Amino acid sequence: MNSPARSFFDLIGNLGIFTARTVRRAAVPPFELLMFWQQIGDVGWKSLPLILSSGFAVGLVLTLHTRSTLIRFGAESYIPTVQSLSFFSDIGPLVVGLLIAGRVGAGIGAELAGMRVNEEIDAIEAFSLDSFKLLVVPRILACIVALPLLTVFIDIAGLAGGFLAERISSNISLHLYLNRAFSEVEWGTFIAPTLKTAVFGFIIALVSCWYGYTAKDGSVGVGRAATNSVVTSSLLIIIADVILVKAIFFLFPGSAV
Amino acid sequence: MSDKLVPDIAFDRVSTGFNGRNVLREVSFEIASGEVLCVMGRSGMGKSVTLKLIIGLLTPEAGNISIKGRNIVGIDEDALLQSRRQMGFLFQSGALYSPVSLADNLALPLSRFSKKSTQEIDAIVQTRLDEVGLGKERYKMPAELSGGMTKRAGLARALVLDPCILLADEPTSGLDRVTASEIDDLLLKLKEKNKTTMVIVTHDVREARLLGDRLAVLDQGRFVAIGKLQELESSGNELVRALVSEENCHAR
Repeated sequence: MNSPARSFFDLIGNLGIFTARTVRRAAVPPFELLMFWQQIGDVGWKSLPLILSSGFAVGLVLTLHTRSTLIRFGAESYIPTVQSLSFFSDIGPLVVGLLIAGRVGAGIGAELAGMRVNEEIDAIEAFSLDSFKLLVVPRILACIVALPLLTVFIDIAGLAGGFLAERISSNISLHLYLNRAFSEVEWGTFIAPTLKTAVFGFIIALVSCWYGYTAKDGSVGVGRAATNSVVTSSLLIIIADVILVKAIFFLFPGSAV
Repeated sequence: MSDKLVPDIAFDRVSTGFNGRNVLREVSFEIASGEVLCVMGRSGMGKSVTLKLIIGLLTPEAGNISIKGRNIVGIDEDALLQSRRQMGFLFQSGALYSPVSLADNLALPLSRFSKKSTQEIDAIVQTRLDEVGLGKERYKMPAELSGGMTKRAGLARALVLDPCILLADEPTSGLDRVTASEIDDLLLKLKEKNKTTMVIVTHDVREARLLGDRLAVLDQGRFVAIGKLQELESSGNELVRALVSEENCHAR
C-alpha cells in the first residue's frame, strides 16, 4: 500500500538516482553549451521582470509594515538596516526560490512532460542522442547558475522598494538610506544566503525535470507533472532553507543577527 | 559466419508486457539485410512496441534482440546509442523536436555524428526536405506544420543519417492519397536503390502489398502469420486473410 511516507521516500530515492545520473552525464562530453545558454535565457533573463517587480513590491510592503512597528520603539532609523538584513539573509533568496519554482518549475515540468507524451524524447533517443544530456543537464546547470544572479537583482529591487516607501514617509535621502542599509551588512550576511539559492535552483530543476522526464498518461500527465513540480520543489525549498540557514549560522556566526 | 548469413534484425523468444498485460509472447523472427517486413494487425497488439524494442527504446522482459548479429538486450547506454546510429525511426506522430526549426531537427543528428561542414550539412538537409516536399518550409517550427507535413518531416529526419535499417510506424496514416503515394514511392526507392532494411508498421494494405517482401500479422502477442503475400492470402486464419485481402485494399 502506498502510504504518504512511503511515497515521500520513494520520491527522495528516485531524485537521488536522477541526481547521480545527472552528475555522471554532465561530466562526459559533448557539453551542451548552446542548450545551457538557451536555458540561462529562459530561466534567468525571462524571469527578470517577475523578480524585479516582485522584489520591489515586497520591499515596499515590508518597509511599510516594519515602519509602523519600529516607530513604536523610536527605532525608525533602523528601517533601512532591518530591510537590508532581512532581504539579504532570507526574504530575497526564499522569494526568488518560490517564484522560480512557480514560473520555471511548472514550465520545465510541463515542457518535458509534453515532450515525453509526444514521443519527442523517444525520438531524440532513437537518434542516438542522449536526451538526458540534451534536456535535463542544461536545465539543472542553468537553474544553479541563474538563481544566485536573480537573488542579487531581487535584493536590489527590494531595497529600491524600501527606499521609495521611506522616501515618501520620511523624505530620507538615497545616500543616507544606503548608508544605513549597508551599515550592518557583512559578506557573510550577503554571500552565503545568495549562494544558497544555487541549492534552490538545483532542487527546482531536479524535481521538475524528474516529473517531466518520467511523465506518462498523456495530457493528464502533463498537467500532473507541472503541478507536482511546483508543489514538491516549493516544499523542498522551504525544508532546504531551514537546513541551510542553520548551516550558514554555523559556518558564519556573524550572520546570525 | 559470413555477413550475408547474419540477419539485420533477429528476435529470439522475445516477451514483454505492461501493467501485467502480455503484449508480446515469445516472439521470434529474423529480417535479412535489404528485406522489407510489413507488420499488420489490430490496434493495441504490440506493433509499435515491436519497433521500439528493435531500436532499444523498450527492454524486453525475456528473450534476445540482435541487430546485425549483436545482442542489444542488457548492453550499456553508450553501446545502445552506438547501435541506434545504424537505424532511422519514423514515429507515428512525427515526434519532431519542438524547440528547434524543421531544418535544425534534421541538422542536429548530422552535426553530432558526421564530420561534415555546416555547408554540407545544410545541403543534405535541403535535399532530404526536398524529397518529402518540404524544401520551402525549412525555417518553420514544428508547431507551425500540419499533421501530414510533420509526418513527412519525421521521415526526412529518419533518413538524414542514411540508416541501413529504417523503422516506420504507420508512415502514411492520416495523409491524403497523393502524399501517401509520394511517401510510398520514396520508401520504394529506398528499398530498390539503397537496399535499406525496413520494418513498416501499417494498416494500409495497399502499402503493405507494394513495399513488403514479407508481411506479418500480429495478434494476441504473437505473429499468427509471417510470410509472402500469397502465403498470407491463403492462410487458414480468417483475421490474416481479412487484413491482407485486396478487397480490404479497395475498401480503404
